[in-house]
Amino acid sequence: MVRFVIRRLALGLFVMWVATVVVFALSRAAGDPRYLFVSEYSTQEQWEEWGVRFGLDRPYPMQYLVWLGKAVRLDFGDSIYFNDNVWKIIPTRFGASFGLAIGAYAFAVVVGIPLGIISAITRGSYWDLAGRAIALLGQAMPGFWLGIMLILIFSVQLRLLPTSGMGDWKHYVLPAVTLGWFPAAGLLRLIRSSLLETLDSEYVKFARAKGVSGRKVILKHALRNAAVVPLTYGGILLAAFITGAVITETVFFWPGLGRLSVQAVFNTDFPMLSALVLLFTAVFLIANLLIDILYVVIDPRIRIQ
Amino acid sequence: MSAQAGTRVDSVGSARTPNVGGRTFYVLRRWPVLPALILTTFGLAAIFAPLMAPHDPYQGTLLDERIPPVWHEAGTTEFLLGTDPLGRDILSRIIYGARVSLSLAGAVIAIGTVLGTTVGLLAGWYGGIVDDLLMRLAELNFAIPFVLVALAAAVVFGPSFGLMLVMLSIYSWAGFARQIRAQVLLLKSMDYVALAQVAGASTPRLLLRHILPGLISTVVVLMTLNVGLLILSEAGLSFLGVGIPGPTPAWGSMVAEGRNYIAENYWIALLPGLAIFLIVYAMNFCGDWLRDRWDPRLRQI
Repeated sequence: MVRFVIRRLALGLFVMWVATVVVFALSRAAGDPRYLFVSEYSTQEQWEEWGVRFGLDRPYPMQYLVWLGKAVRLDFGDSIYFNDNVWKIIPTRFGASFGLAIGAYAFAVVVGIPLGIISAITRGSYWDLAGRAIALLGQAMPGFWLGIMLILIFSVQLRLLPTSGMGDWKHYVLPAVTLGWFPAAGLLRLIRSSLLETLDSEYVKFARAKGVSGRKVILKHALRNAAVVPLTYGGILLAAFITGAVITETVFFWPGLGRLSVQAVFNTDFPMLSALVLLFTAVFLIANLLIDILYVVIDPRIRIQ
Repeated sequence: MSAQAGTRVDSVGSARTPNVGGRTFYVLRRWPVLPALILTTFGLAAIFAPLMAPHDPYQGTLLDERIPPVWHEAGTTEFLLGTDPLGRDILSRIIYGARVSLSLAGAVIAIGTVLGTTVGLLAGWYGGIVDDLLMRLAELNFAIPFVLVALAAAVVFGPSFGLMLVMLSIYSWAGFARQIRAQVLLLKSMDYVALAQVAGASTPRLLLRHILPGLISTVVVLMTLNVGLLILSEAGLSFLGVGIPGPTPAWGSMVAEGRNYIAENYWIALLPGLAIFLIVYAMNFCGDWLRDRWDPRLRQI
């Protein structure tokens, strides 16, 4: 177990390193950052001075090392757009994204798990057909389009919910549903298939042969084993949330990290973008490691393998 | 073992399914009739776009701006699905959009499949350090937020069809490699492979003649299941304005154009999104269907 964790941490560091290379390469491919400051009143001396100050007079590998040295100490410098340290801006947006992710996760769990269970235990019935249809619908709908259609129905036509921005709980409903829709469909499918597999397993058959009632078999044996599914799915879910947040927050003008990163890209604000990409990568890696450890703790069968 | 379990569950299921609904429903449920119809329609639209489109997808006059679709009172039969804010015919743009979307997804899936299958094959067969290296490379793809890198690349190099092709190909191979590797590990332990090895078959021969044919069903299933995801990714990037650059009709950017008119002219955003939804739905449906028939082992994805 300890070896496993150490191995994963080493791998995580490697992934982070590659991410820094990608980010740095993109920031330099974007052109000389001095052009962002230069004006018609700038002099050649100022240009040279900036070059020395930002380390641009040195070759690329040296520049990368200097940048990496700072990045390791989490020093990404000032955001070009906000003209303030990136770590002053990012925490102010974190809460909005976190709240949205919680709402979306709640939606995915509340919709996906019960429907998945119903679908599996009534396999082949109309319930199952409906459940599978919902899953297929959910996985085929583009998030940005779903968001706009929800705005059309609930904000424009019915005038029940606000179209965009952040405020009381009503503002959370549409973005959370938009972000949670795809994960809900995925969860439904996963719960259904894993429950079906469990229902077909030897120990469930044994329990049935022993004379345990149908309801009890499902509640005590099958569901318990299907319970690890949302956890395994957690890693994929997080990736879906990060990608989804970029789109959902753009559609709803949500003041979170997703929209902040889109802004950073369009403003060629590379200090901000570097910090965000590395932050997302780190969050993803740490969450996945925790999920894998939890998984081993919860499901003893993994340990035997 | 799990493959066996999968087949067993499915055979029980198909024996039970005819109990619901009549004979028509039975056929509809057994064969993906509707999805196949949708795919054929879009496929034909993509190939014969110039013949099928009633108007020029690039040209419109502002006099014709935002005409509603034909089912509205103010709609005309000249523009069946209405027009966009520049007076361009939405139906024609959706037809040409199919061409863009499908050709991109097709090219990416071809590259992703070849790359992913090769990597999976090598990683699974050789194991050890080759496996470790290649699989770590694949893991990178999941950890680094693709959408941000694609966004940044588009801003740096300027959005283009070629850039989308490269970015989506880089993104798509890893999923293939993982699944193929698992399948290779399974096949490698089969007796017939060991026998071929004993009989003196060379490594290339083993890989190409004995392992590769066993991968074909998995590859086809994965391809079908991935096309939908790729179309969604492309549409998402086009929606953000960094996918296929205008004025080329791409469904994602068409939805983005319609977004500001949603209160009065809902069809501008609704219809292209519906096209994305229909084609991805049909693709996923066919993928599921193929998987249940050919490769129940992949049921978890």
